Amino acid sequence: MTSSRSALSIYGEKAIEWLIRICGVSAIIFVFAIFFFVFREGAPFLTDEKFSLWKFLTSTEWYPTSMSNIRYGTFALIAGTLSVTGVAMLIAVPFGLGAAIFVSEFCTGKLREFLKVIIELLAAIPSIVWGFIGLTVMNPVIQTVFNVQVGLNVLNAAILLALMSIPVMVSIGEDALKAVPDSYREAAIALGATRWQLIWRALLPAAKNGLLAAVLLGVGRAVGETMAVLMATGHAVNVPHSIFDSVRTLTATIAAELGEASEGSPHYRVLFLIGILLFTITFIVNLVADFVVKGIKNK
Amino acid sequence: MKHILTTALLAASLVLSGCGKKNADGSSKKDDSISLQNIGSDTMVNLAQAWAEAYHNVDPKVSVEVSGGGSGIGVAALINGTCDIANSSRKLEKEEEEKATAKYGGKHPTEHHIGYDALAIYVHPSNPITEISIEQLAEIYKEGGKFSKWSDLGVTMPSGQDEIVRASRQNNSGTYHYFREAVVGKKNDFKQGSRDMNGSKEVVDLVGTTPSAIGFSGIGYHTSKVKVVKVSKKTGEPGVEPTIKTTLDKTYPIARPMFMYVPPSAKPEAEKYIAWIVSEPGQKIVIKEGYVPLEAFAPKDK
Repeated sequence: MTSSRSALSIYGEKAIEWLIRICGVSAIIFVFAIFFFVFREGAPFLTDEKFSLWKFLTSTEWYPTSMSNIRYGTFALIAGTLSVTGVAMLIAVPFGLGAAIFVSEFCTGKLREFLKVIIELLAAIPSIVWGFIGLTVMNPVIQTVFNVQVGLNVLNAAILLALMSIPVMVSIGEDALKAVPDSYREAAIALGATRWQLIWRALLPAAKNGLLAAVLLGVGRAVGETMAVLMATGHAVNVPHSIFDSVRTLTATIAAELGEASEGSPHYRVLFLIGILLFTITFIVNLVADFVVKGIKNK
Repeated sequence: MKHILTTALLAASLVLSGCGKKNADGSSKKDDSISLQNIGSDTMVNLAQAWAEAYHNVDPKVSVEVSGGGSGIGVAALINGTCDIANSSRKLEKEEEEKATAKYGGKHPTEHHIGYDALAIYVHPSNPITEISIEQLAEIYKEGGKFSKWSDLGVTMPSGQDEIVRASRQNNSGTYHYFREAVVGKKNDFKQGSRDMNGSKEVVDLVGTTPSAIGFSGIGYHTSKVKVVKVSKKTGEPGVEPTIKTTLDKTYPIARPMFMYVPPSAKPEAEKYIAWIVSEPGQKIVIKEGYVPLEAFAPKDK
């Protein structure tokens, strides 16, 4: 057999091997390229004498195009992003994980397949459509139900983000629960555990890491979402005092303003700094998650 | 398998983005049709769309592709050379003009004045207010302004919601710049916390669904769900309704010219298109769409 292999096929195989290797590391290359690009565009402004990092993080005054007194304070935008994400998670985590438990442990046969298809369908709705729903459906509903002036607020965006991140949580959470060996279930039932005890005492501790990953992916989805929150938050620079206040998020600010900021201008650089800030937030979220998971493992 | 899929997707996206560039230059010369990229002002986008559709019957070979985004987007496209015609509801700033001229090797983009837009002040139909002055608007909108409740203006809201909900625009909008110049004051800034909508239509929609809201947008966006308030220069003077007549004789205080800019690199069809726009048929469409035409084409009887 070996003699029949031509030089061409040997080199061909080598070439394909390399091609596959390049594909394999391409993800790493892209991530670093994106890092490099965003930092290159934003970082030069950090050393600009007109720029103060302290004010950038703590001032609530965002006036990037002022004619007389330009101020780049992002605190209100950070508060907007965190409040919307936080409220979204308060809604999404119980529903998402509850749905994952239901689909994985209580459903059988046709109902389960049906539910899975519907949940996947929910994930396939484009974010601009969610935004449109927020603007035209949720806005008047929130106005009448809670008797508030404007329905475009934290609650509106948070409900949309919750609905957008639930499908991710359900499918990953369900996988995590499925990965728990059946012997755990059998053992628990053999010991006379009720269904509640089985889930609460045996399955959830065993699937903790996977469930945490599911929640964090949901958080990531919510922090990074742009179009829906741009439309549903009311887009007002404002530190919220209640869930009925309009806010503006970091992502929506970049989306709304980058188109105009001319390349290399201070406004343009500051928008990239906001990009770095978003990077940092997701990085911290991932890091915390890592530590939490490790902590769970060590116990 | 996954990797192959990724590379395939990547290749596809590269090819697609390449195509996109080609179209932006308009260099797809395979057939006779010529496409003009018309980008910019959100105030003008309805009008630009109506022109583009009507022009198809005038010269079927030319297809005009209209997109909005705001005057700032149009000006950026002009400077970057990615459009044939840039729409703007404000004049080019000196700095922008210089940038564009530098980009085209010393040649200036040509400016065409193509009509006017009256900036209307919109409120909810249930709001009893009928007149407002520029001074009052400034107090509502500017940073440090005194008015934050309808009762400050002497208006009693039937809904009982006294707080003024301010609808404004994102800061790349020509309408935003004009409003700052004409109402808030060039040296002042907007009061923070306004709802900064991404388009003229969104402002009107928000005002239409919020009883205590006030907003500004081009008169072309008037719908039955909102009420237009008369505007006066000073408190106490009689308010003026935004119409073609009051805009052209300048008694309506917040109206502005609309412009189209053509970069030197644009195809000759762009100038021909604009020549049609400033002629009778083009200006009739201006009136039909609710904007204000050039003086020479204003209806005489009004």
